[in-house]
Amino acid sequence: MDTSAKRNKSSPPAPDIGRETRLELYRLQLELRYCEKRAYDLFLQNLIKGTSHLSLGQEAIAAAFGVAMRPDDWTFCTYRGHAHTLARGASMEGVLGELMGRQCGLLGGKGGSMHLTDVKKGAMGSYAIIGAHLPVAAGAAWSAQYRGTEQVAVCFFGDGTANIGAFHEALNFAAVWKLPVVYVCENNLYMEYTPISAVTAVEHPAADRAAAYGLPSIIVDGNDADEVYKVAREALNKARAGGGPSLIEAKTYRHSGHSRADPAKYRPEGELEKWLQRDPIVLYRERLLKLGFNEPTLIDMEAEAMRQVDAATATAKASPLPSVDDIEKNVWADGGSAWRN
Amino acid sequence: MAELTYRDAVAAGIAQEMTRDENVVFLGEDVAAAGGVFKATVGLLDKFGPRRVRDCPISEQAILGAAMGAAMTGLKPIAEIMFSDFLAVCWDIVANEIAKIRYMTNGQITLPLVIRTANGAGSRFGAQHSQSVENWAMAIPGIKIVAPAFPADVKGLLAAAVRDPDPVLFFEQKSLYSMKGEVPDGEYVDELGKAKVLRAGRDCTIVALAAMVHRALGAADILEKEHGISCTVVDVRSLVPLDTQTILREVVKTGRLVTVEENPRLCGWGAEIASIVADECFWDLDGPIVRITTPHVPLPSADLLEDNAIPSVERVVREIREKID
Repeated sequence: MDTSAKRNKSSPPAPDIGRETRLELYRLQLELRYCEKRAYDLFLQNLIKGTSHLSLGQEAIAAAFGVAMRPDDWTFCTYRGHAHTLARGASMEGVLGELMGRQCGLLGGKGGSMHLTDVKKGAMGSYAIIGAHLPVAAGAAWSAQYRGTEQVAVCFFGDGTANIGAFHEALNFAAVWKLPVVYVCENNLYMEYTPISAVTAVEHPAADRAAAYGLPSIIVDGNDADEVYKVAREALNKARAGGGPSLIEAKTYRHSGHSRADPAKYRPEGELEKWLQRDPIVLYRERLLKLGFNEPTLIDMEAEAMRQVDAATATAKASPLPSVDDIEKNVWADGGSAWRN
Repeated sequence: MAELTYRDAVAAGIAQEMTRDENVVFLGEDVAAAGGVFKATVGLLDKFGPRRVRDCPISEQAILGAAMGAAMTGLKPIAEIMFSDFLAVCWDIVANEIAKIRYMTNGQITLPLVIRTANGAGSRFGAQHSQSVENWAMAIPGIKIVAPAFPADVKGLLAAAVRDPDPVLFFEQKSLYSMKGEVPDGEYVDELGKAKVLRAGRDCTIVALAAMVHRALGAADILEKEHGISCTVVDVRSLVPLDTQTILREVVKTGRLVTVEENPRLCGWGAEIASIVADECFWDLDGPIVRITTPHVPLPSADLLEDNAIPSVERVVREIREKID
């Protein structure tokens, strides 16, 4: 376990986060967790095909930003993007339906697990090529800056992304143009199957590079929703006020393997167990109780989140399959795919 | 009508669209203060200011990624990639992101953007600054592809590309930048997906693109005057969408198809046209389809070598005489 996580575990809960916000943070983390677990179950039942990259264990980051962002802000995320898309308000049946290849899916079955998008909710796409969406997020931020809308683009990516060229291009570009974009590296210690430390020249793959772009080094305990929320709010405010981009490294851990195909046997014995002790949702529940929140309220909230996941699962299962006519639709803005007359 | 160079027509097209629509913005390397390494964008910075005409770092992924992000959130960016060869360093953004996002999101995202780039040989720049890469892009569903041969088409098709709601890859042929031609005054907008018949003949239909259009026209002159072979010349102008109706109609009239392509041999755009013609008007053909291309080699630098690699007027004349006579 890294030192910043240990330090933050014992730090007192942030005093300036309101009661309603805390309940919202808990509710959202529950929804992300239960929905993601359901996605895993549906895989085991072979109702979801292809691959899937789960965010189990990393929910605090998506939830905290989801609560901190303005409704018209934009999210850009990776193929590990179920949680980030849900955190912006995309419907569970839209997400589960897409994973199951149903008509009710967010993308009508065209995108699948790795490309979840809900533009109406500001979820501007999940990008499955490492690094690609960092410059795209910069472009959205440029558009906000150009039009003076005070919108902010938030771009989530993994620790492995800090080693690809597009990371450097985007960070430099965003810094030079002072763009309202917040880059959030979710450092879950592994780039796919390899420990990030084995392939990275610096200890903190994102934060240690911040200086290269004239940005402060920001490391946050990614398993503490309050801590992430505070950092998120600061970065969003800075971006909105014209202060330019931020680069945040959130330390976290994924409870499952890289993808469906990965049992994560490369992890040293005891590592997962240690991190399960710091499960963001367990920690948050303990904190809420310590702060005097009523346990029956939390239990109701947990039951309600599960009920929503169950209802969404039923809706998705009942949704018809896409029409094969859709194959040749929506290449172009006219809705078709004609390349000749 | 004013006489403009091909390079000035680029600036005129961009200026026309930026004047018309505040959401049109322009970015690239050395495009603003320097006016472009080919001087195709001189004056735009003075006219529209640094907010709308922006110099970028040497970061092609950032340039096209930023254009994509801006296009999906309300702007209509024109992004320049200095040489089309450099598309290789940002090909992920072109092929995986820009071309696919609309389809993958089932139409949630629309990308009204233009990527302008200097394409083609003739400047003795060698293998990494001279390629004709239209066929790279043709292999990817989701991008429109335009390659003008004349200054008027530069202005009119560039304006059409900016107004098109889909991503357009706009190939400017760098050896044509100094070429002069009549360009309509005032607002001028052409149409994507329309080929142009530049010359009507009886014996053979030559289909060409960009710089090769001029060689096809030169060859048609010689073939007519010196050898009594009368050729139709079709300027394809737009590869996606492709005006197959005009091409098929002109091939049926002469019974012969010759493509003149600057790209290396394999999978050139002419191969797709040959396939369509073979499928759809085979019985109207009087002989085999002929493709005249650069050999399947990286481009050499020395003028003698480059000139002999790219299809020349003489080669077009020779091949048509050999195959048609």
